[in-house]
Amino acid sequence: MWSFESFYGNTAIVDESGGITTYAELKSAGEALISHMTLRTLAFNLCSNEKGSLLGYTAFIDAGIVPLLLDAELDRGLLCALIEAYKPDYLWLPQNIAQEFPLFAEVMAIWGYALLKTSYDKAFPLHDELALLLTTSGSTGSPKLVRQSYANIRANIVSIAEYLRLNATERPITTLPMSYTYGLSIINSHLWVGASVILTRKTLMHKDFWRQFENYGATSFGGVPYTYEMLDKLRFLRMDLPSLRTMTQAGGKLSPELHKKFAEYAKANGKNFVVMYGQTEATARMSYLPSERSLEKYGSMGVAIPGGEFSLIDVEGNEIHTPETVGELVYKGANVMLGYAETGPDLIKGDEQRGVLVTGDMAKRDADGFYYIVGRKKRFLKLFGSRVNLDETEGLLKAAFPELECVCGGVDDRMTVFVAGGGAPDDVISYLTEKTGFNRTGFKFVAVERIPRNEAGKTLYSELNELDH
Amino acid sequence: MNHSEKYEAAFVSALGISKDDLPGLQYQGVAAWDSIGHMQLIFALEEAFGIMLDTSDIIDLSSFEKGKELLRKYDVEL
Repeated sequence: MWSFESFYGNTAIVDESGGITTYAELKSAGEALISHMTLRTLAFNLCSNEKGSLLGYTAFIDAGIVPLLLDAELDRGLLCALIEAYKPDYLWLPQNIAQEFPLFAEVMAIWGYALLKTSYDKAFPLHDELALLLTTSGSTGSPKLVRQSYANIRANIVSIAEYLRLNATERPITTLPMSYTYGLSIINSHLWVGASVILTRKTLMHKDFWRQFENYGATSFGGVPYTYEMLDKLRFLRMDLPSLRTMTQAGGKLSPELHKKFAEYAKANGKNFVVMYGQTEATARMSYLPSERSLEKYGSMGVAIPGGEFSLIDVEGNEIHTPETVGELVYKGANVMLGYAETGPDLIKGDEQRGVLVTGDMAKRDADGFYYIVGRKKRFLKLFGSRVNLDETEGLLKAAFPELECVCGGVDDRMTVFVAGGGAPDDVISYLTEKTGFNRTGFKFVAVERIPRNEAGKTLYSELNELDH
Repeated sequence: MNHSEKYEAAFVSALGISKDDLPGLQYQGVAAWDSIGHMQLIFALEEAFGIMLDTSDIIDLSSFEKGKELLRKYDVEL
């Protein structure tokens, strides 16, 4: 995928303690790891923003081993269900959690990560083009995965590196998990140009994060809307960060007020602020708002990335040509996934999308051709930038609390759990936050007399949302 | 409520934890005190004492005890 040999002397990774890994070291460690593995197999990579995690990912991709990227903190019950479903040949995980899997033998360990061999051997055949698997809603442990090809990843990397004008002098600092498509795209595109990625597990609410930012001269970071709300709270706009060049935003719609505020800051301080739009289904990125138009077009997610194309369709599927008319957003480009996988036998499937993605997002286009997201067609929310499927969450709750009648709704960035009869028992709240890993402020519980349903017993979500205040 | 009680109440309400968990509590020591919980906590403390914390203090407030020390700068004696 990448050409590490072109950047041998460059620093690829700066870790939390300031340790440096060159591209040459990354390549040779990757080769050592792969020498212990069978090619064209499936490996679960339990990700954390540290160099072992990145090593596994790049080595697997370069050698044709297919990784599924998961958060290392994923609930263990959900992880085991995924292992059962997809029967991976290997687990690549932080060494300190390797003992949680005593049945799997440790093959080798390097850079704080261990390779475990499971009891499965090529349980499901893999399609030749299949490069990478990512979750659609990681926190609920849904077995529904996105299948990405080598060509998908390459197309998106090239496009991102072009519109962000990336080069080897960049030093992005991580603010997002590697298993999350947006976080991964930042790593992908910077390794492509020989830049240095500053890896940290610290959050931006921690002093050490800012110490690393300054000491290692970070030039950019990415953030979901919640990141920008936190930065605003931190009075970021008053911070003096001479090394900073670019801030990017994706993972949900930023409020127009914050968009404007950060665009103004960027303009006044000679920085770039780039608002973008994407989905895992499009490898990562579909649109960007060029920094020089950020203030003028605040509230917009911009135009299609180089090589991509947008259109809007009405309910009958006809293309909309009139400006300022809302329709469902459709994207065409070489970065559109091969398709989904819901079970192991799906991994042999080829390209089912043919480069077209009907996004499920409702949008409009202004007279200058800039797009604005106005709503969402599908039943999911974005909690702290991560997609959460409402039906899957309901499923989790029903499985754990069969006697409880509840449904999930909500708006944009907050989930409302409607509970019939009494309120929400404390154990429901703690179950939900533990299982999904989301902070409890992302959830609201509303007690209702009964769940509104139609005659067929289907939940009437529109009526339900009226009860949410 | 005196200052100590207000300080404890801010933690309890922002993080949804019990008063008994407070002594020795560290940032990221419980699930609720992640970066999002931290922001809620800062809001709660600022409201409780009518102050505005500096950026350097917001990112330095890494434990229940450390917060007490930091608040002294804002003339809040605990």
